[in-house]
Amino acid sequence: MKSRHKKLLVIVLALAGIGIAAALILNAFQSNLVFFFSPTQVANGEAPTDRAFRIGGLVEEGSIKRDPDGLTVRFVVTDTAKSMNVIYKGILPDLFKEGKGVVAEGKQGADGVFVSTQVLAKHDENYMPPEAAHALEQAQKAQETLAK
Amino acid sequence: MIPELGHFALIIALLLALTQAILPLYGAQRGNLTLMAVARPAAQGQFIFTVLAFFCLAYSFLTNDFSVENVARNSFSQLPEVYRITATWGSHEGSLLLWVVILAFWTTAVSVFSRRLPEDMVARVLGVMGLISVGFLAFLLTTSNPFDRLLPAALDGRDMNPLLQDWGMIIHPPMLYMGYVGFAVAFAFAIAALISGRLDAAWARWSRPWTTVAWAFLTFGIVLGSWWAYRELGWGGWWFWDPTENASFMPWLAGTALLHSLAVTEKRGTFKAWTVLLALTAFSLSLLGTFLVRSGVLSSVHAFATDPARGAFILAFLAVVIGGSLALYAWRAPKMLTGGGFTWFSREALLLGNNVILLAALGSVLLGTLYPLLMDALGMGKISVGPPYFNAVFVPLMAPALFLMGIGPLTRWKGDSIPGMFARLKWALVISLATGLLLPLTLEGYKPWAVLGFTLAMWILLTVLIGFRERLAHGARLTSLPRAFWGMQLAHLGMAWGIAGIALVANYQEERDVRMNVGDHAVMAGYTFTFKGTTEHLGPNYRAAKGTIEVTRDGKLVATMHPEKRIYNASGMPMTEAAIHPNFFRDVYVALGEPLDEQAQTWAVRLFHKPFINWLWLGALLMVIGGFLAASDRRYRIGVKTTAPAGAATQGA
Repeated sequence: MKSRHKKLLVIVLALAGIGIAAALILNAFQSNLVFFFSPTQVANGEAPTDRAFRIGGLVEEGSIKRDPDGLTVRFVVTDTAKSMNVIYKGILPDLFKEGKGVVAEGKQGADGVFVSTQVLAKHDENYMPPEAAHALEQAQKAQETLAK
Repeated sequence: MIPELGHFALIIALLLALTQAILPLYGAQRGNLTLMAVARPAAQGQFIFTVLAFFCLAYSFLTNDFSVENVARNSFSQLPEVYRITATWGSHEGSLLLWVVILAFWTTAVSVFSRRLPEDMVARVLGVMGLISVGFLAFLLTTSNPFDRLLPAALDGRDMNPLLQDWGMIIHPPMLYMGYVGFAVAFAFAIAALISGRLDAAWARWSRPWTTVAWAFLTFGIVLGSWWAYRELGWGGWWFWDPTENASFMPWLAGTALLHSLAVTEKRGTFKAWTVLLALTAFSLSLLGTFLVRSGVLSSVHAFATDPARGAFILAFLAVVIGGSLALYAWRAPKMLTGGGFTWFSREALLLGNNVILLAALGSVLLGTLYPLLMDALGMGKISVGPPYFNAVFVPLMAPALFLMGIGPLTRWKGDSIPGMFARLKWALVISLATGLLLPLTLEGYKPWAVLGFTLAMWILLTVLIGFRERLAHGARLTSLPRAFWGMQLAHLGMAWGIAGIALVANYQEERDVRMNVGDHAVMAGYTFTFKGTTEHLGPNYRAAKGTIEVTRDGKLVATMHPEKRIYNASGMPMTEAAIHPNFFRDVYVALGEPLDEQAQTWAVRLFHKPFINWLWLGALLMVIGGFLAASDRRYRIGVKTTAPAGAATQGA
């Protein structure tokens, strides 16, 4: 093989390698994006039924209930317009409280209950998780447009 | 009075930084030695005044001067003294001040350890570092003054975030910044070389030890952060692919690529343009990392909108640094001469492969970190990219890099024979494959990722040993091997050790959430956990429920553990303080969830058994030690003025 051909071969192989890597990355990226929906959007049927997504809003006052096993928790997440039931098994984060912002990741069950695999509350007492704040904002805007 | 003194010191530091930037750069262009000679004293003066400012701020924190807004927001009269000092760099303003102090420290270090460098090179390097300092000091003084007064003064402070009240967090930010800012030296060397047009092997040799030291500090900083998250966030994870973690990981990936590329440029005189580009990239990512974490853009992209001055300054600064350096690069890089040739199976080619893989990994992390921010900023919906994406991309990408890590150091420069290499490594290959395939049989569950991890760890271990054996067979003694060689091998060994730890803990850890009443038992991984109840406990600035859990194995007491649930007085913020019983082979980790009844008799408790997790930190520490050892190699200290790349050099890293 001439050195020019060799060089060409190396370049072609390198490009092929980079192409494959890029394809793998983008594919993994596509299938692992987690989208966010507010309870209102979920109520409107905008959320997917077959893949995980995030919801956010406030934990409704008086809605936290524990199953007898002590570890399964049921609560209601609301964006003040619509609300949805959430079930989670495990230990909740330190800053999880009624009336405070929360973000939960999981899937929608057949009975309409959101089965959460992860509950997030942020590291600061005065600070609302951005997704939760966003959900409340959206709901407020929607109500204002309805009122007009 | 003291805060004003600090403010004043910062202004003087800015003036000195301007002097340090303008006069020497102009002087170097004109060949004026007098102007060039300004660089050193200006840099050292700037260091003195930034340190003075830093001490003034630390003093305000230590004396609880709540008339300073920064102190009132981030400290508290009941806060223990050591945390009052570390609160100095706990805030946005304070951490940027720390950044500036460390930059001035590095600049001064360059001014002291550059006696053998040509005057114009020193003037340009210090000048470029002065420019960076001007940017940061102007940002501090115009938008984030740490000495702003609060009128009327606050009665007491709002306390430091309880999560930061941990000694891992005391040293994490300074170490991380030593790394970030250390890349500024490599950046300044690259810019100076681009301006002067002298991109030769000598340039690579000058910037190499600085880059290695910066890399070692950054590695240490990242490890400390990970160790802190493991102990303090309370939930046993040590890497979350969180944007704040990615922000420090991206410069590390670029810095690692730079480290290896510099080796080629120094030894063989090739890859010059590529190496320079990596030096620019590593520092640009350090800047991006600092701002991502410190500007609040991660918690909300709208933080920019609430404080437009800061946001605009940051974007402009990033644009000037990144855009400016790339423009200079585009103008100058084509004039660089390429060095010697090499075949596709040579150390050069393998190091190039390492670089391509590291950059692909970097690209994937960058995509996962910035894409959600971009979507949000453009109002295209909120998305998050979680650990599954990073794990799916990162592990397959890094596996070939780790395989190459075994071969690269054993390969000759310019070209080597594949059959020869196979003959040298066939036993290592067989043994590592056998280890990977057989070892999981002795553990619970046969996991493919564990097979991969064990194989690669054993592969690196064996190839490192072969490297030593071949050196010794050629008549070298262990003590006469250069420190650069030792450093590289230790760092690679640390990687192998860490991978073994990760493979074990990620695949074989056990975790249980249990409901425990006083006297209840739980059994996990051969350990019996007995809950003895909780007692009230008063800390300096918090109240806590302190639990007692006895851990036994085969009837013998292993440990009595005291996890806590704390409520901090000033903020009312609850926090989980986990209890960990470590040893060389495993950690037993216990955290209190929440009380499940009114009398706080029954608690939700999380139990972990983390096999070999400490190997992860120990391996990383070995990498840090390897980095410092390599940087201390004597060839960086003698004969630095020789410029010709040694064409026949076949040894060393």
